[in-house]
Amino acid sequence: MAATRDGYGQALLELAENEKVVVLEADLGKSTKSLHFRKAYPERTISCGIGEQNMLLVAAGMASSGYIPFASTFAIFTERAFEQMRNGVARPKLAVHLCGSHGGTHTGTDGSSAQSIEDLAIYRTLPNVTVMHPSDEVSTRILTKRLAASPNPSYMRTARNKTPVLYDDVPEDSIQIGKGIELKNGNDVAIVACGVLVSEALKAAEMLAEEGISATVVDMHTIKPLDTILIDNIAKRCGCIVTAEDHSIIGGLGGAVAEHLSMTSSTPLERVGVKDRFGESGQSDEMLELMELSAPHIANAARRAIQRK
Amino acid sequence: MQHTIEELEELARKCRIEIVKMVYRAQAGHPGGSLSEIDLLAGLYGTTMRVRPDQPDWEDRDRFILSKGHASPGMYALLAERGFISHEDLTTYRVLGGVCQGHVDMKWCPGVDFSAGSLGMGLSYGMGCAIAAKLDGSERRAFVMLGDGEIQEGSVWEAAMAAAHHELGNLKVILDRNRIQNDDFCETQMRMFDIPAKWRAFGWNVKEIDGHDMNDVVDGMNFLSETNDGPSILIAHTVKGKGVSFMEDNPAFHGAAPNDEQYAQALTELGVSV
Repeated sequence: MAATRDGYGQALLELAENEKVVVLEADLGKSTKSLHFRKAYPERTISCGIGEQNMLLVAAGMASSGYIPFASTFAIFTERAFEQMRNGVARPKLAVHLCGSHGGTHTGTDGSSAQSIEDLAIYRTLPNVTVMHPSDEVSTRILTKRLAASPNPSYMRTARNKTPVLYDDVPEDSIQIGKGIELKNGNDVAIVACGVLVSEALKAAEMLAEEGISATVVDMHTIKPLDTILIDNIAKRCGCIVTAEDHSIIGGLGGAVAEHLSMTSSTPLERVGVKDRFGESGQSDEMLELMELSAPHIANAARRAIQRK
Repeated sequence: MQHTIEELEELARKCRIEIVKMVYRAQAGHPGGSLSEIDLLAGLYGTTMRVRPDQPDWEDRDRFILSKGHASPGMYALLAERGFISHEDLTTYRVLGGVCQGHVDMKWCPGVDFSAGSLGMGLSYGMGCAIAAKLDGSERRAFVMLGDGEIQEGSVWEAAMAAAHHELGNLKVILDRNRIQNDDFCETQMRMFDIPAKWRAFGWNVKEIDGHDMNDVVDGMNFLSETNDGPSILIAHTVKGKGVSFMEDNPAFHGAAPNDEQYAQALTELGVSV
């Protein structure tokens, strides 16, 4: 078990040999895990105090001057700088990399004020912006490192709490921005998940297997650009799709897949996500239960999807 | 490149003519804030900015960020007079596909360092440019022009606090204190009380000038150039619409174009025989 935010922190350290990489903080480096970089490279770490709007545009100014800025704060607090991201980063296409940690209801006991459930949806609407939500520490580390070479600005959500490590022994080449990963190959239903729900989707697939249902499980760590080739392939092979995310059912991974399928096929789609409501204080596992996001709920959605074929 | 006071005044006068022409042609735009800022822009580019019109993306150029990005006619007129763009380009102001987008845009216009248009963003961006210059060990500076109404945006003060914290002596602000914003006089919309005291309290070096007296403007630019122990701000007292009598101090011309009759009068007042 490990937290994806630790993968982010580790990646920044590994990127540090590139002297153009700089880190920006808004008083949450200890939480987002950029603190390791700050300790090793204080001269390349810019404290912006508790001022997210300023941080985003300082990063933009640095990107325009040839630097590769990684700015982080809680996912929820990135949202107050949305217009800065829109007008000052995405519009001029400055490769600022924004990381929102502590995303989703999985964040837990801080309660609903800290549980961003709309971040993926809002950033997905911005032209030029890559949107990601990796599932484990290893893939977060690898994908963060890949961002440094990307010409596009990005938003990446990480999670506060630990989840299973899924990519312990895989070659780094197998994890690429914009390419979904098939973790399990089945023919009856395809579960497309992101972030902390990928491991839940794998558990759901095991539950379904006990009933003789073979499920495909995809880790769709990149929500934009969406891997539509993979979506089309699994839609054809399995005949129905379930999406799963610790995010509003409006506009996130489920929304992205629905938008694509609406133009290409009549494949039945069930969306597991936060049902247009706010969270509350609770442990991660309790929140996934309360929000009906955990493995049994994903398995139920899969059964519903199969019935609709 | 140094100019006499008279040359700078003449540069500003030519820009004023172009500002009026641009807004008249487009029948839209922001003449008031362009006319209030133009003596400052002429002074800045005429005496201080280290830029290369034939190489607008020169890495070690000083950056200029027009944070009050709607006052773009002033910027475009200046860029044309300095050779970054052609006078022909000025006819594309607010025209589909034009170099001169409604609000200044770095993706469209050579010599524009930031895509502005949403208030309160330029100072933070300039701060990023200033930090990058320091990290590079470069002498380049970041100049940012703010509107006075603009400093009602809270994020301006996030940046003001952060720039002083980081001791950014290469970050220099010019505040166009023209006392009018979109809907009305600033005094009516949001009283700002003692603006110089606010900046001093945030740790900035502050100087006030008459933003239409070219001797004062040049003194102000020297103050910005010579003050390097932390960020500095030049508060320029200006008149919105300066140079065109019916636009002066008139909130109606924050964002409105002159009609045919007004256009002819404006050009006459600016010394053009019509």
